[in-house]
Amino acid sequence: MIAWLSAVAAVTVQLVVMVAAAPLVVGLARQSRAWVEGRAGAGVLQPWRDLRKLLLKEPVQAEGTRLQVAAPVVLLATSLMVCAQVPLVGTVSLPGLPGDLFVVVSVLLVGTVALAVLGLDSGTAFGGMGSSRHMTIAALVEPTVLVAVFAVSIPAGSSALSQIMNERLAAPSTIASPASLMAVVALGIAVLAETGRLPVDNPATHLELTMVHEAMVLESSGRDLAWVELGSWLRLAALVGLVGNLLVPWGQATTASPGALLVGILTLLAKLALSAVVLGAAEVFLAKVRLFRVPELLAGSFALAFLAVTTSYLVT
Amino acid sequence: MTAVDLGLRLHLALAAAGVLVALAAAPERRARWAGSLAATAAAAGLVTGLAAMAGTEGRLTLSTALPLAPLTLAPDRLGGLFMAIAGGVGLLAALFGIGYAHGPSSSATSWAAFVAFLPSVQLVPAAADVVSFLLVWEAMAITSTVLLLADHEHRPQVLSATRWYAVMTHLGFLALLAGFAVLVAESGGTTLDELARAVESHRQQGGRYHGALALLTIGFAAKAGLVPLHVWLPRAHPEAPSHVSAVMSGAMAGTGIYGLVLIAVRLMPEPPQWWALALVALGIASALYGILQASVATDVKRLLGYSTTENSGLMAIALGLAVLLRADGETGPADVALVACLMLAVSHAAFKTTLFLGAGSVVHATGERDLDRLGGLLPRMPWTATAFALGGLGAAALPVTAGFVSEWVLLQAIIHGARGEGRVVAVVMPLALAAVALTAGLALLTMVKAVGVAFLARGRSEAVATAREAPAPMVTAMLAGAGVLVLLGVAAGPLAVAVAGTVDARGILATSTAGLHLAAVDAGLEPVRLTGGVLVLTALVAGPAILLERRRPRRRTTLPWGCGGVRTSPRMEYTATSYAEPLVRVFGDALRPTRDVAVTRTDRAWFVVREVRFHQQLEDVVEQALYRPLQAVLNRTAELARGVQNGSIHRYLTYSLAALIAVLAAVSR
Repeated sequence: MIAWLSAVAAVTVQLVVMVAAAPLVVGLARQSRAWVEGRAGAGVLQPWRDLRKLLLKEPVQAEGTRLQVAAPVVLLATSLMVCAQVPLVGTVSLPGLPGDLFVVVSVLLVGTVALAVLGLDSGTAFGGMGSSRHMTIAALVEPTVLVAVFAVSIPAGSSALSQIMNERLAAPSTIASPASLMAVVALGIAVLAETGRLPVDNPATHLELTMVHEAMVLESSGRDLAWVELGSWLRLAALVGLVGNLLVPWGQATTASPGALLVGILTLLAKLALSAVVLGAAEVFLAKVRLFRVPELLAGSFALAFLAVTTSYLVT
Repeated sequence: MTAVDLGLRLHLALAAAGVLVALAAAPERRARWAGSLAATAAAAGLVTGLAAMAGTEGRLTLSTALPLAPLTLAPDRLGGLFMAIAGGVGLLAALFGIGYAHGPSSSATSWAAFVAFLPSVQLVPAAADVVSFLLVWEAMAITSTVLLLADHEHRPQVLSATRWYAVMTHLGFLALLAGFAVLVAESGGTTLDELARAVESHRQQGGRYHGALALLTIGFAAKAGLVPLHVWLPRAHPEAPSHVSAVMSGAMAGTGIYGLVLIAVRLMPEPPQWWALALVALGIASALYGILQASVATDVKRLLGYSTTENSGLMAIALGLAVLLRADGETGPADVALVACLMLAVSHAAFKTTLFLGAGSVVHATGERDLDRLGGLLPRMPWTATAFALGGLGAAALPVTAGFVSEWVLLQAIIHGARGEGRVVAVVMPLALAAVALTAGLALLTMVKAVGVAFLARGRSEAVATAREAPAPMVTAMLAGAGVLVLLGVAAGPLAVAVAGTVDARGILATSTAGLHLAAVDAGLEPVRLTGGVLVLTALVAGPAILLERRRPRRRTTLPWGCGGVRTSPRMEYTATSYAEPLVRVFGDALRPTRDVAVTRTDRAWFVVREVRFHQQLEDVVEQALYRPLQAVLNRTAELARGVQNGSIHRYLTYSLAALIAVLAAVSR
């Protein structure tokens, strides 16, 4: 009973930390980009201010739409589920519900589908366009993600995330192995594509014809848009945090004790902050690639992931 | 007398009564009576199958006047599983058919053929000897051909589809006949057990054994719709009445998979490695090609037909991997892969039936199969939309459906399978995983397209504006299918354990919360807890959302955004064709689209365009490359053969004389 309660408490702490931190990750990425570009920037807290503004506004809805209320809620719920299952603060998972990587990917995909359906529901050319592009990218990212998951799961002999993390903590040499590095790089590219960052999608674009993510949410406003934005930010933060933890697993809480959790929170925040700064600064030097060049990028990342799997079998 | 004994007899009696009623009843009562009897017979078959699955023995022996061993129907546990699948699908399809069948598809012939079609699909897995197997198999082919022909007077493409179907299915039958004939000649008996024993003792003899294996595989692959023998699927499924397509796809394609599993576990245990590799290769080709064609299809039933090829491909991959792994001594992952194959068959039956019935309901309401002309059906047909969307979730292998669970089991088998020493396995596993992953990704896009374009946004043609929800029997059948799909996804553990029992797979356990524990590879899945977690989190989000909605109920509805508020016409919406356009570009080399763009300019100035016409056609590449040349050769040979018989009596007398001389020469030697 005590173990059960403490596990639930640990997961709750992780959820709260992630919800608090996800907008800040985005804010920090934008701010660091502004610094590199020599602008003053809106401040790290701007995403939180945006959320507050959106929650207080009156939603405006396009004629003939049906799912503008439900789809954002589904997206946010799946993002929260991903945050609950991925080891971020610590490797303590919900009792009886180990964070299996394949399950995490499926839950993410439910969110992806919710967004795509939201875009189609608006019944405009832009919504359908964004939805179509979004699903095309998602379909092409899928092989990279699963093969990278395969490669990462080989040393641990399991696709359960907590086991993978514990294996990495116990045997740090596996992290620096070529197979593991290639897999994590491939996963990183897949995460960029999946969360709509440069060079696949430009989150700051204002031109409808180049939009992917933004085109789908054009018709959302007010609190509907707030749920979509928070959900997307949570996905970004959780996936960036996961890649960070795969590369630098130290600091994660392996037990649910308050001290370990505190260390876990602090190291997670440090990793997220560093990732956000790197992401924001790197995006200054990247341009969005043409949509029909994206498959080439993804094919490259797939090749990396595939090499990772074969090297870990054939070179041992 | 056991439950299976009784069930088999009851099943046949009810079906026979159904055929008689279909032929004799008055037209206005025909659908209700024949449909109810068909549904009852299917239910009897379902129960019989479940009993046989649980291990109950039972047989029905029919003596014939022919000098053969008596025909025997005696389902073993594996046969029981496929009997239960066919029974469940048949039950829903018959129920749906009561409300759906109209016009030519509700004629006495059609109903009689339908009532006879269901038991033939169900009894294929029950057959215990070769003769009855082939008889029932052929009955299945003939009745489905009759059903396919229902609407041939109004639509010329029905005839072409039927021709393809009849030729492919009978070529497959010939392959089976030849394959079984070789085995029967080797063993001297006709029951499946005798064949299995003979295979056991003749294993070393090589040639004939491998030949029979190849022939049987071709026959079963044609029925399952594996590439390159799939060409009948995308033609036959759209033209058949929807409740018939549901059975053809959900259950009849499953008999092909049953045949392949039968080879691997009962008829020829430990098949050679080339067979497993061929199966994996066929499976990968089918899965990728099927889903790629499905993702660009705009006819919703053609889309579902290609998706059947895709799913059969996934099952073939799982079965091939199971055989490969067992040969490598990896019995744990091999059992998991075999269970994955059977679970895929169960979940495919559930979601494909739901989807075909949903598509039938849309056709019933609008008369349209073309996604480009549908749209906005959600408010008009909420139940159909719900069932179709759940079916789509299953086909896209998303939680919490049986489709997700079975694909998860397959993925676990793959990632745990490659731990052995075998180099072949180490290369095949990542390839299989990549193929499964790309298939899953494209399936996601395909299903979002099918559900989103058909049911969301605004209607794209007049037909949609008057659509009404289907009558009660149809809605019940669709929702029941969707319910089973979700239920099997939630109760993953019991499903896996029941399926594992039919092939003696070890290390498949159910947890106390109906979760699934694969002890053999140490992996677990807890759909109930996963659903619980998601529900708690959804409540956390939905709570404030609903609260806000109460507190500030005002929502303004206005024009959608199109670089300014625009009164969008449905013509501005994305269609199914435009939705798949990026994919057509990315996979242009594999799909080979033919495009035709005609720009008409005004007379006044060349740069003012009056009209742009765009036409895109996607043919089946395999059909073009493989079957067209074959047809051309056949036609040319037939032309040549025609020269031999020119109608002249003199020439025929010369032939007779030549033949007589040849015979005499042969005899006298």
